[in-house]
Amino acid sequence: MNSLFLLMRDRLLDTAHMASQWAVPAIFLVIILVAWNRRVPMYESFVTGAKEGFNISVMIIPYLVAILSVIAVFRASGALDDIKTGLNWMLAFVGLGHHGDKLELLPLVLIRPLSGGGARGVMLDLFSQHGADSFIGYAASVIQGSTETTFYVVTVYFGSVGVRKIRHTLWAGLIADLVGVVAALFFTSLLFRG
Amino acid sequence: MLNKVWFALLLIGLLYGFGKAMLGSPPGLEAQTPAATATASADDDSRADQAGVPAKPPSRSEMMTDMGRKLTTAGLDAAKGSVEICIGLIGVMALWLGFMKIAEDAGLVATLAGLLRPLLGWLFPDIPKDHPAGGAIVMNMAANILGLDNAATPLGLKAMQELQTLNLQPDTATNSMAMFLAINTSSITLLPFTIIGYRASMGSADPAAPVLAMICATTCSTIAGVVACRFLQRFYPVPRPPTASDSSDSKKAASTGQEVAR
Repeated sequence: MNSLFLLMRDRLLDTAHMASQWAVPAIFLVIILVAWNRRVPMYESFVTGAKEGFNISVMIIPYLVAILSVIAVFRASGALDDIKTGLNWMLAFVGLGHHGDKLELLPLVLIRPLSGGGARGVMLDLFSQHGADSFIGYAASVIQGSTETTFYVVTVYFGSVGVRKIRHTLWAGLIADLVGVVAALFFTSLLFRG
Repeated sequence: MLNKVWFALLLIGLLYGFGKAMLGSPPGLEAQTPAATATASADDDSRADQAGVPAKPPSRSEMMTDMGRKLTTAGLDAAKGSVEICIGLIGVMALWLGFMKIAEDAGLVATLAGLLRPLLGWLFPDIPKDHPAGGAIVMNMAANILGLDNAATPLGLKAMQELQTLNLQPDTATNSMAMFLAINTSSITLLPFTIIGYRASMGSADPAAPVLAMICATTCSTIAGVVACRFLQRFYPVPRPPTASDSSDSKKAASTGQEVAR
């Protein structure tokens, strides 16, 4: 019975992995088929968009330098390690010591609702510290993909129409982010640690 | 906001490094405790190897020199590294935005918006049928799902303006606005290609591996946002709604509210 369950799970994981690998080619296929059907000059559209992609990549360099170098200095000072040691100790104290490795993701979770650029910097820092293909790297990717810069969006969108009393909006957004983080950890554990 | 975080992070980092080198115990002694060894980073290990394990603890001035060098190289290396990341990203971003431009020109945003329309009535019961707010909302969602951030923001602001025309109290959020933003802030991107791009740029052998996990997690967070919004809205009632005849004038509405309260 147990082995049957494991077999099923392995099959499921294989399928899941395959689905992930086909996401990009499938999107490309859908796009060019629709574009072909609607007689869009694809090559020209592509080049126009690609120029935009070039500009975006170059434009974010100053922001990335600002954030990544500050994170690096903060890490080099030993402050981050000491905070993590402390938190690890507290986790072990309440009997959750086996979740200690996930503490690496805490800076990402804390900065994510506040700043998209900051969160991107933290994610890249995690990639370089642990490797993009480590558990932490996968989890950071999924957290980044399943949460939003809630404070920023709420400020900009309500600010644009002059709404000041935002009622429950912020709470709903933060709950969505929290669930996103928990779900990210759950699915990452499920799909990458079998 | 980021100004403060940035400043605090740098200041704490520099002061903490200085204080640790000045007052902290030599790294040789710290390494005795298991926790410190577990969290020691790779560059510490390499230094320890060079020095040899049983070396005498470094003097205070050596520790200061060491910390200064560490902080300097960390900042410089990260600056160098971030440019390398962006250079690696250029190709991926160009590829992705190229395809996305084709999608945009082919009208895929409008197609997707049409598919999302049936959800509107259920998510936003307060919006009348065929009101322009509905159209703007689905277009924004469609752009978000496709990851077209640049297109999504103007559409979102348009949607907010349309929602504001339905708002009886212009300084207070309506249920529809809260729902719209809850969905927006729960990140509904179907294929977060920029993250795939960063992964590829950082040397991932399998950049698209987390896609399915992302889709599952983001679905959960969107559902949670919608449910939380529905649940919370009854605890945050709109201040007394004005009667229909007064709805055009918010000052009048406030006085009507007072009369009702009396």
